[in-house]
Amino acid sequence: MHGHSTFEPKNGLVKWLEARLPILSFMHGSFVAYPTPKNLNYWWTFGAILSFMLIAQIITGVVLTMHYTPESTMAFASVEKIMRDVNWGWMLRYAHANGASMFFFAVYIHMFRGIYYGSYKAPREVLWILGVIIFLLMMATGFMGYVLPWGQMSFWGATVITNLFSAIPLVGDQITVWLWGGYSVDNPTLNRFFALHYLLPFIIVAVVGLHVWALHVVGQNNPDGVEVKDVDKDTVPFTPHATMKDSLGLAVFLLLYAWFIFFIPNYLGDADNYIQANPMKTPPHIVPEWYFLPFYAILRSIPNKLAGVIAMFSAIAVLAFLPWLDTSKVRSAKYRPIYKVFFWIFAATAIGLGYLGAMPPEGGYVLTARILSVAYFSFFLIVLPLLGLFEKTKPVPPTIADAVLAKHGSASSVAAGAASAPHTKG
Amino acid sequence: MASASTVAPTRRDFLFIATGAMAAVGAAAVVWPLINQMSPDASTLAMASTEVDIGSIPEGQIVTIKWRGKPVFLSHRTKKEIEEAQNVDVATLRDPQPDSARVKKPEWLIVIGVCTHLGCIPLGHEGEYGGWFCPCHGSVYDTSGRIRKGPAPLNLAVPDYAFLTDTKVRIG
Repeated sequence: MHGHSTFEPKNGLVKWLEARLPILSFMHGSFVAYPTPKNLNYWWTFGAILSFMLIAQIITGVVLTMHYTPESTMAFASVEKIMRDVNWGWMLRYAHANGASMFFFAVYIHMFRGIYYGSYKAPREVLWILGVIIFLLMMATGFMGYVLPWGQMSFWGATVITNLFSAIPLVGDQITVWLWGGYSVDNPTLNRFFALHYLLPFIIVAVVGLHVWALHVVGQNNPDGVEVKDVDKDTVPFTPHATMKDSLGLAVFLLLYAWFIFFIPNYLGDADNYIQANPMKTPPHIVPEWYFLPFYAILRSIPNKLAGVIAMFSAIAVLAFLPWLDTSKVRSAKYRPIYKVFFWIFAATAIGLGYLGAMPPEGGYVLTARILSVAYFSFFLIVLPLLGLFEKTKPVPPTIADAVLAKHGSASSVAAGAASAPHTKG
Repeated sequence: MASASTVAPTRRDFLFIATGAMAAVGAAAVVWPLINQMSPDASTLAMASTEVDIGSIPEGQIVTIKWRGKPVFLSHRTKKEIEEAQNVDVATLRDPQPDSARVKKPEWLIVIGVCTHLGCIPLGHEGEYGGWFCPCHGSVYDTSGRIRKGPAPLNLAVPDYAFLTDTKVRIG
């Protein structure tokens, strides 16, 4: 999209660089002059929060590798050494371990925001699919990272998850042995997980680059789900408006992050992971990290190995097809009264599955998990395709400026132009 | 270009395809070591067999030993357990196998102690069939290690083994 101002260097050195590598004007166009819809709310700050978390995880991760030993007889002890002996080691490890949780917490909000406001719809399909790929890469990275401390839950979580591949017909067992580098999860497995855990974040950085690129081609969606028609009336420049809003959102998010690190660092962990891995003894109750629980509940709710594994992966894959499953022409749930109800049912379903994933697989829990698994898939495969055909939507404002004015009821701010618009909000 | 398909193939076409095919073979030859390096290495393969003295295992006890990094259950079955294992209508089982096909001597059941669902270690003398119960996802095995209930698709696997003497078994 077209920016509010252009980058006009006065400094001779900047001019010299600009003629050879126009990186400064690119940064200026992307993060200063970039036009953002003026009706964005705080749910739109999670993109910046996620960027921060990715960088925070890479930095804390790189310094942790300076003290960690990826060898099955030494890994557990090296993590304990980080906790007890390494300067600030306890803080770095708690920041990294809780950082993973915060990263997933932010990404789930980011995804639910996209689903609520129809951010996946044309022309943002590729942007959305890149996001689903980032989510998958995050899950792989998070899973492998959890194996590295080589506690009981690391080991048995790794055993259960790698065994998912043994459900593949014919070649499943060979693939599993190949993944392990042996006949069970052991030192070769730990080594390769460490190598991949170090690699994948940088692949995530690359895909995030594509994600942001795609975002800057099609522009941001917004709470009213109408496209920008007039850059001057509908948008404000990224800096200072989005920059400040993102900064406040990030500051509040960091309060929560810091609360976890400094006050309840083990709340989201499992006590069993402070017991060194023992290949001869399965803990009585294996639970994955909280951010995998809804998918784990779907896996367990199906009493057939292959079907369970397929259902679990489908629960993630179905997200990629969202742009085509949702047949409604209206983007935002703000103007879709029935969709709004189903969205909250879906959100409750996902949270309910997360709760059931942490419960033992018996009795009423199994039955409830089955009902919620059906509800989960029904949202995508039945509700979304049909709703577009039957739902009577509310009138959508013709422009973003109209939507903002309808809410705040003043015509003067439109004439005053983009730069001054947000001041009228008070 | 559109008319190219009507022209007979030339020497240039042949060379183009042959070069491309060679490049594909070359690429595959480079990729294969990168993939195959992840398979079990020579030292892992070398730990293929182990010998166990079973003379000290009393009747009714299950002993777990480690083989290839995995637990193996050696169950010294009681008469009752043997009868229960044998008196099952094989046709009703999920993974139909008579008890006789799973043991070399009826009093000794030797199986790999890895649940065929997702790899947890089942607990012995538990579950409603008196065999094993997997705490992870609730699979139930009978006294022959056959799957009876829960999500696991197959019976507990029987490793290759041989009785060297009456009290000594080699596994693998």
